[in-house]
Amino acid sequence: MGGLAIAKPWVPLTAAAAAALPAQLGVYEIADADGTVVRIGYAGGRQPFGLRSALAAEVEAGLGTQFRHEATHGYLTRWEELLMLHRAAHGSLPTGNADRRTPVGRLRPLT
Amino acid sequence: MDFTLTDEQQLIVDTVRRFVAEEVVPLEADLDPDAGELDPDDHARLVAMTREMGFYGFDIPEEFGGPGLDVTTRALMAIEMSQHRAGLYTPCYGTFGGAGLAQLFEATEEQKERYLYPTLRGEKLGCFALTEPSGGSDPGRAIQTRGHQDGDEWVLNGAKLYISGADKADYALVFARTSDDGGATAGRNGVTAFIVETDTPGFNVRRVVHTLRSTRYATEISFDEMRVPAENVLGEVNRGFAIANDRLSRQRIPYAAGCLGVAIKAQEMAIAWAKEREVFGERLAEKQSIQWMLVDNEIDIRHARWCILEAAQAADRNDRFRTEAAMAKLVATEASGRVVDRAMQIHGGLGMTKDLPLERWYRELRIRRVGEGPSEVQRLIMAREILGGSFK
Repeated sequence: MGGLAIAKPWVPLTAAAAAALPAQLGVYEIADADGTVVRIGYAGGRQPFGLRSALAAEVEAGLGTQFRHEATHGYLTRWEELLMLHRAAHGSLPTGNADRRTPVGRLRPLT
Repeated sequence: MDFTLTDEQQLIVDTVRRFVAEEVVPLEADLDPDAGELDPDDHARLVAMTREMGFYGFDIPEEFGGPGLDVTTRALMAIEMSQHRAGLYTPCYGTFGGAGLAQLFEATEEQKERYLYPTLRGEKLGCFALTEPSGGSDPGRAIQTRGHQDGDEWVLNGAKLYISGADKADYALVFARTSDDGGATAGRNGVTAFIVETDTPGFNVRRVVHTLRSTRYATEISFDEMRVPAENVLGEVNRGFAIANDRLSRQRIPYAAGCLGVAIKAQEMAIAWAKEREVFGERLAEKQSIQWMLVDNEIDIRHARWCILEAAQAADRNDRFRTEAAMAKLVATEASGRVVDRAMQIHGGLGMTKDLPLERWYRELRIRRVGEGPSEVQRLIMAREILGGSFK
């Protein structure tokens, strides 16, 4: 899994899709209609129903129109990795992560 | 051997214990169970408190502006500082400051100005790059990263694995093989330490390495025709392994102390739960099977504490403490793992959940039996000393 983006197709971000998700820990990406990632998030140990709760909150927030997710117990390090990969590819963090106050690591993955 | 704390040590222990209970633990109620960082405002507030207490940079030698605490007192502090959810790997979330990379204490004055002092002031971050894909337990022989001199520069090529913090560091301490002529500079004697700025062309953090420790990742880095100024050699050319080795021995005492702190807290939790929880008409604490688990925990804790303080006192006396430090590391990491495992068993289903810190400590303590030299290497170190230097 190291160094890889989430390898899943985009799914429309709807309340029904969020409700169908497993109540697991994990990470996710939110994208706009063009597939531009607008936010990278995680469902951590404080979410009552894991990914299901986190994505339901993203539906409410309305930042994007589609999502993809990955269930993992290593949600914090995987979240950091996705942020690093995004910045390595695009030069900056997604707009929805612009409020981050701690540094994101520098990564130069082999292509 | 007298392990009675002096009045000053007791005051320090009490102060740190109160700081952890009153300032650190309450913040964790709102953090993710696997969090390794505080909100920056909270971090700054707690740093201001540790500065006010005179403990900031408690590991820094007095000659570099630290409080000049002995190894025993610092070990006692480390035992207290780890007694919270994130405490094993980020004791008090770093609010007591760090001593940086101790190898830089041996640096030239110019190197100290550029790297050591800014690190001690919290302005720069360093990382330690020794282990390679070819191995980490025997770095003197496993190092395959190569360095050759080209005028006033060294050119490094190779890779390092399981390196913490390389992606955020300002500089790295990199160990590379600079001679393998088969003579006096063969093996561990042919290794040189370099201080490398991480924005140097050719210094590449290639990937994140995920581990049991879901709070922080390790990294794999590569050096591709990376040019390092000759003035950035740390110590002598071909004598870098001694620098790495010295760090590995000294680091084992606080490493062990952090594990012990977690074990002590897990035992406190297990005792409290055993006194409260009722099963089949009586409290857990009334059942002999549980009593024996708690007693085994206590034996493990006292054994580890004895070994840690014995090693620390030997270091404070300037005696040889290589065997003592290895024994402390071995005993504390293995005993703490057992203590947390038993505490989870006593808590039953609750012990498996993220509602309690036990499952996090269980995962992180497993790494401790490998980090800073696995248990088998600690036994090897002790065996060499027991059998004598002439034994082959």
